[in-house]
Amino acid sequence: MKIVLNGEPREVHATTLSDLLAECGFSGRVATAVNEDFVPSSLRVGRALNEGDRVEILSPMQGG
Amino acid sequence: MKRFYGTELPNPLMLGTAQYPSPAILEQAFRDSGAGVATVSLRREAGAGQTFWQMIRDLSVLILPNTAGCHTVKEAVTTAHMAREVFDTKWIKLELIGHTDSLQPDVFQLVEAARILTEDGFQVFPYTTDDLVVGERLLGAGCEVLMPWGAPIGSGRGLNNEYALRAMRAEFPDLPLVIDAGVGLPSHAAHAMELGYDAVLLNTAVARAGDPAAMARAMVLAVQAGQLAHQADPIEARDMAEPSTPVVGKAFLS
Repeated sequence: MKIVLNGEPREVHATTLSDLLAECGFSGRVATAVNEDFVPSSLRVGRALNEGDRVEILSPMQGG
Repeated sequence: MKRFYGTELPNPLMLGTAQYPSPAILEQAFRDSGAGVATVSLRREAGAGQTFWQMIRDLSVLILPNTAGCHTVKEAVTTAHMAREVFDTKWIKLELIGHTDSLQPDVFQLVEAARILTEDGFQVFPYTTDDLVVGERLLGAGCEVLMPWGAPIGSGRGLNNEYALRAMRAEFPDLPLVIDAGVGLPSHAAHAMELGYDAVLLNTAVARAGDPAAMARAMVLAVQAGQLAHQADPIEARDMAEPSTPVVGKAFLS
């Protein structure tokens, strides 16, 4: 399935958001959004992914 | 010192975490200044996020995540929700940028986003202008802190409009007010505190200085000096001289 992960087109096997995190090696403290909507970590397991979904995976960063 | 949503700060300096030459220097700046609040952001995970988070946690400071770079209510609200989960805090520095060159806040969207986030249980620190009416609207939206700009972000110009900032202090005497952005020198930071502001939030002035840790220390001394001066009730400026040495009792020697 083709999705867009952090702005980059990706071909992935995962069909849920939690599987996507595992497949792409994301661990630790991250926040997720699918198609511009926040998905809390507790809902990642049940969040199905569809062709063309835009997924954002964000982590802590320096800021002013 | 006023409380920020019920929390007392160890000193009136809020320090950003961006643009430092190295993580070690960033850490030193916090340790040398004793700044009690660190602003942070969320960005696409590219490997460095977890190390950064560990370092910030080890500083044992209060975390103030921002919505830097957001241009719409939707974007800012979503970012705030993501930040609340990652940083485990209700605090959010709400930034809604309205102008590319000046990074001036879009105050219309700011008020709307502040209302939504307050209703969602956030404690909002709005990065705003020195406009009193906007300030009133932000309070109406549920904000219990206002953070007017001193000057555009990163400009280092100090307090561009002292008159407006004085008026804001007078308009909201009991509200925690923070000068956010534009401070370049310790004298600017002291100036803000002398006006009666409750804290100063800065980043570039420290991070881009030749010796960030020394500048951070200078900034904390400045905000503390300014705060003490405000509490000490400074004199009014005069146009003409007034002798400080007593005139009475002066010998007749000419």
